[in-house]
Amino acid sequence: MILDSEKQWFHRAMPYAVLLFGLLIVVVPFLFMISTSFKTQQFTFEYPPRLIPQEVTLRNYQRALSTDQFALYFANSLGVAVVTTLSTIFISALMAYAFARLDFAGKRVLFYLLLVGMMIPPVMLIIPQFLVAKRLLLLDSFAGLIVVYVTMNLSMQTFLLRGFFEGIPKELEDAVRIDGGTRWTIFWRIILPLSRPGLATVAIFTFLYSWDEFPWAHVAIKETTRRTLPVAIALFQNQHLTQWGQVFAASTVALVPVVLVFIIFQRYFIRGIAHTGLKG
Amino acid sequence: MNKPIDSSTTTSYRHMDQSIRKLTDGEERPFPATSSNRFPKLSGSLVAYWFLLPGFLLFALFIIYPMFYSLRISFYDWNVILPANSEFVGLQNYRQMLNDPIFRRAVGNTIAYTVITVPTQIALAVIVAVFLDQIAHWKTFFRVAYYLPVITSWVIVTLIFEYLFNSQAGFINYLLQDVLNLIDAPIRWLADPILVMVPINLLGIWKGVGWSAIILLAALQIIPSEMLEAAAVDGATPGQRFRYIVIPLLRPTLAFLLIVLVIGGLNVYISGLLLTNGGQPLDRTHFVLTLMYKETFDRLNFGGGAAISYFLTVVVFVISVVQMRLLRQRVEL
Repeated sequence: MILDSEKQWFHRAMPYAVLLFGLLIVVVPFLFMISTSFKTQQFTFEYPPRLIPQEVTLRNYQRALSTDQFALYFANSLGVAVVTTLSTIFISALMAYAFARLDFAGKRVLFYLLLVGMMIPPVMLIIPQFLVAKRLLLLDSFAGLIVVYVTMNLSMQTFLLRGFFEGIPKELEDAVRIDGGTRWTIFWRIILPLSRPGLATVAIFTFLYSWDEFPWAHVAIKETTRRTLPVAIALFQNQHLTQWGQVFAASTVALVPVVLVFIIFQRYFIRGIAHTGLKG
Repeated sequence: MNKPIDSSTTTSYRHMDQSIRKLTDGEERPFPATSSNRFPKLSGSLVAYWFLLPGFLLFALFIIYPMFYSLRISFYDWNVILPANSEFVGLQNYRQMLNDPIFRRAVGNTIAYTVITVPTQIALAVIVAVFLDQIAHWKTFFRVAYYLPVITSWVIVTLIFEYLFNSQAGFINYLLQDVLNLIDAPIRWLADPILVMVPINLLGIWKGVGWSAIILLAALQIIPSEMLEAAAVDGATPGQRFRYIVIPLLRPTLAFLLIVLVIGGLNVYISGLLLTNGGQPLDRTHFVLTLMYKETFDRLNFGGGAAISYFLTVVVFVISVVQMRLLRQRVEL
């Protein structure tokens, strides 16, 4: 009997033990980032390494946000991410509605064409996108970032929203049409309000994509004052190899919105990943 | 006269036209052409194009056109300043690429990265997902925590790893030397072309496990618990249940993960770029895409860079098609 209950206890505790061990590996690097961001310069590489700073300072944050201009980069990232998110929602919802509810010539062909967009790894398009953006005078501008970010998200988000829209009962639309409503009325008054969870999923993924994106911003922006956070952090570290306190202060600040968005919208997130295989 | 103008241009429309004819049995149609039966379709079509216009405009300009443009550039000695002065060189960019030892080494590094990180990620993700599925408490907490590396930008996690793998006083060397006593002297992880692959590969695994685990967890939760209970009643051990019930049911998900992760692995970029400072020392630590970046934006050899990126595009495409075929067969068995 005793043996049995011991065995049961072991079976119940084992998953927690394994998950906690994994958790340690996942979290410790982040703890070092946060702890180093509060350390003074002389202690950033103390030996043995300590997780709890001996001397806590806010100087790294002050420096990073003022002299190193990370407040500006934060604002740049925020502006680009917000406009990218709103535009992506609007444009992909329009497309998704057409694919979900309307009949038109070439529907299948256009839909497959859109799916092609999901199969091309983004970095491979960087060279021609750079040349196109150059010709359209979009280099070194937020517009150039936003236009490419929206485009790179269109396929996936249209695909996701189409699924949501198809789940909305058609009878609701018919009622509006009998009352003389146009397609636009249906889209704007019925479909969008009823798809809030779907739109939220799109918003979160697009926001995080834009917030974290590095390769395109890295080649498209040369003007220092227009950098976004990932590019600014990478280039700052490259120029100030030893200023880990400031690098990690900026990184911690950059991570705050990501964690907030994720925790607040966790359930939309998990559903989005599970249903479509979207990558965060 | 009454024939709809576009009946020949659209198959679905023609189909409808025929069904209407059948309905009316060759007699005069009951509705004139302007009737509501006919025009919802036509105006519906037009409305649809308005809905699609903004999206496909962007799509054409920044995805479809670039795909072909890139192919064209790869056949030229491309002049960035004056594209008109570019010289057509045929396959020379591709030949040069294939004969370049730096490129071959980059391909080797990329394949090694994929072969190492993909199976490890999947294996660890299966473990995490199975245990996440079993626990009763702290579910959300664990899920959020394991997902943290996934949503953090590659730049930040790469810099954290660079810090942890520092040769002088980095945490990893401290762990190996003073805590576990596995090494006698600190290892210079970031200065050696082989050793630097260790943090890069570990980072790839560390950052990816959470994503695969969440996908697998979703698949696990669909497995009916009656199935496992019935097997348990019949005397199947947990190991047997896992091997003969869970794994077969997860197979489609595992197949999906394999394809996506292989493509992701071949596209390794930011971690390589930042941890090796763009292929240093001596261009021996490149991956395909970091070399593409250097060729294009440092050396301004856009033709050569386009050739590299097209090479990778084709490889990725072929691999995903072959994998999909193979896996579909296995999944159906």
